[in-house]
Amino acid sequence: MGLFLLKRLTTLIATLVGASIVVFLVLEILPGDAALIMMGPDASPEAVKALSVKLGLDQPPLARYLSWIGGMLTGDLGQSYAYSSPVLDLILERLALTFPLALIAMTLTTVLALSAGIYAAMRHNKLGDVGLMSLTQVGIAIPNFWFAILLILLFSVHLQWFAAGGFPGWEDGVFEGLKAIFLPAISLAVVQSAILTRITRSSVLEVLREDFVRTARAKGLSKRATVWGHVLRNAMIPVITVMGLQFAELLAGTIVVENVFYLPGLGRLIFQAISNRDLIVVRNCVMLLATMVVVVNFIVDVLYAVIDPRVKASDI
Amino acid sequence: MSISPPSFQPISAATQSVAAHAQQSFLKRAFKHKSFTIGALLTLLLLFAATLSLVWTPWSPYEIDMALKLQKPSLAHWLGTDPFGRDVTSLLLVGARNSILVGVIAVGIGLLVGGGLGLLAAAKRGWVEELIMRLADFTFAFPAILSAIMMTAVFGAGIVNSIIAIGIFNIPNFARITRASANAVWAREYVLAARACGKGPWRITFEHVLPNISSVLIVQITIRFAIAILAEAALSYLGLGTQPPNPSWGRMLAEAQTLMFQAPQLAVFPGVAIVLAVLGLNLLGDGLRDLMDPRLARQR
Repeated sequence: MGLFLLKRLTTLIATLVGASIVVFLVLEILPGDAALIMMGPDASPEAVKALSVKLGLDQPPLARYLSWIGGMLTGDLGQSYAYSSPVLDLILERLALTFPLALIAMTLTTVLALSAGIYAAMRHNKLGDVGLMSLTQVGIAIPNFWFAILLILLFSVHLQWFAAGGFPGWEDGVFEGLKAIFLPAISLAVVQSAILTRITRSSVLEVLREDFVRTARAKGLSKRATVWGHVLRNAMIPVITVMGLQFAELLAGTIVVENVFYLPGLGRLIFQAISNRDLIVVRNCVMLLATMVVVVNFIVDVLYAVIDPRVKASDI
Repeated sequence: MSISPPSFQPISAATQSVAAHAQQSFLKRAFKHKSFTIGALLTLLLLFAATLSLVWTPWSPYEIDMALKLQKPSLAHWLGTDPFGRDVTSLLLVGARNSILVGVIAVGIGLLVGGGLGLLAAAKRGWVEELIMRLADFTFAFPAILSAIMMTAVFGAGIVNSIIAIGIFNIPNFARITRASANAVWAREYVLAARACGKGPWRITFEHVLPNISSVLIVQITIRFAIAILAEAALSYLGLGTQPPNPSWGRMLAEAQTLMFQAPQLAVFPGVAIVLAVLGLNLLGDGLRDLMDPRLARQR
């Protein structure tokens, strides 16, 4: 297990270094003069030069890169150009919304997909299975932001159960906060769970055809007990792989859905930073999201080994 | 008793006959396959809408007439008008063209660059393969929207930047799938025979590997095309993709959202268009996969 973890950890660090180089190249080197982009073409050369010096853009690229990485490791992400406040504070403030939103959406996705996928597999080729699979085909084709708009139309415009957007903040109480992120979480989860349901169903079906399942049934174990006791654990590897990949989609989805519901989360911060040409905020937010994706995939790799000991044995 | 010699067809004629039979059998199976048939019909509808918009639209999609704003569906305007008095049907038809353009170029970038890298990795193996696959690994850290955000932050919003971003997002997917399928072909006996005949890696790649992985790539193209349409719609919804006055399904939804209380129907039609296009391509991809590899169909 130790060697397996070490190998995965090395890959994680290498991937993060690679991702940081890409982000740095695209957002610092490619634009040429980042200060000019931030201030716009109408800014005076003196003002652009002053901002250049303030941001350290007069330093060589390698020194700037190392200073950025060093800053990230020590919690100093620099000052936002548009907000004139530390980027770390801005990100932490926005994460207080985006993190619970992503977590609730992922939990809903998992619960919906696992129950629907197992149900469909147990009723293979029967009405329930065919109906569910048709629904998931439509679900995969629905853009999450359109589904969000439809939810607003139904629950906010017609039924008036929820607000059409906005976030009161956690200070107004957890219930009010959760109520504000309920529709966004549903819109993210329903589309994602359509994909995961199909994966769960096909994975469970594949394991159901294995000899050990036949043996378990021949020994008199009920179908339900066989599924819960033997099939699920073996069917989880592809499901967890897709969940890891889906987390990236989910984070990308929060950027869009936060804009549909006007939620002041990380996605909206990035979007506003683009409008304000605040490259420092964009750079750090993009790196943070990329890090989340890579770390979640690392956790997925480790989970493989926990669920299926053959994975780590073959890897070593 | 005289035994007449068996009559053999010339080899080329026999091959042609087998190929024609296989094609007939494929088409026969294809028309019986529900997913394929529905997917093909929806995809043809998308192509028809896009082609039709090149020569005809009920009204000009660019002409603003404030006197006609927010009309309900009628005989004159089948799906009503938008807040600028433009005909929604015409906007949807031209939007289809836009989605296809984005899909073709973005998937083309992914296929050419990613597919090329995948073939190179399989042909060269060793450190070349390792390098390409590790590069593909960390590109996975950037979903299409993140790549587009980076591009937009530097170069500004626009359809070209969003196409490039979606194309870049497609590269690692094509690279991985091409390499995995190509590696399986490289392990086959007929490739060994070709090598024994003195064929080089590139000749083998183009003469043996590429034709044998084409079915996998065709399926992947339909799936990535659908994902490209979704990504473009999301980017245009955020204002990072297609810019006014060019119609786009995603931007139509963004405009409709501000008018949900006055004209809720505007938020429905573009979404339905996106769903039908993506559903069609996904079903077509599923159908092609089943038809090209019947073992998979039996397993599903």
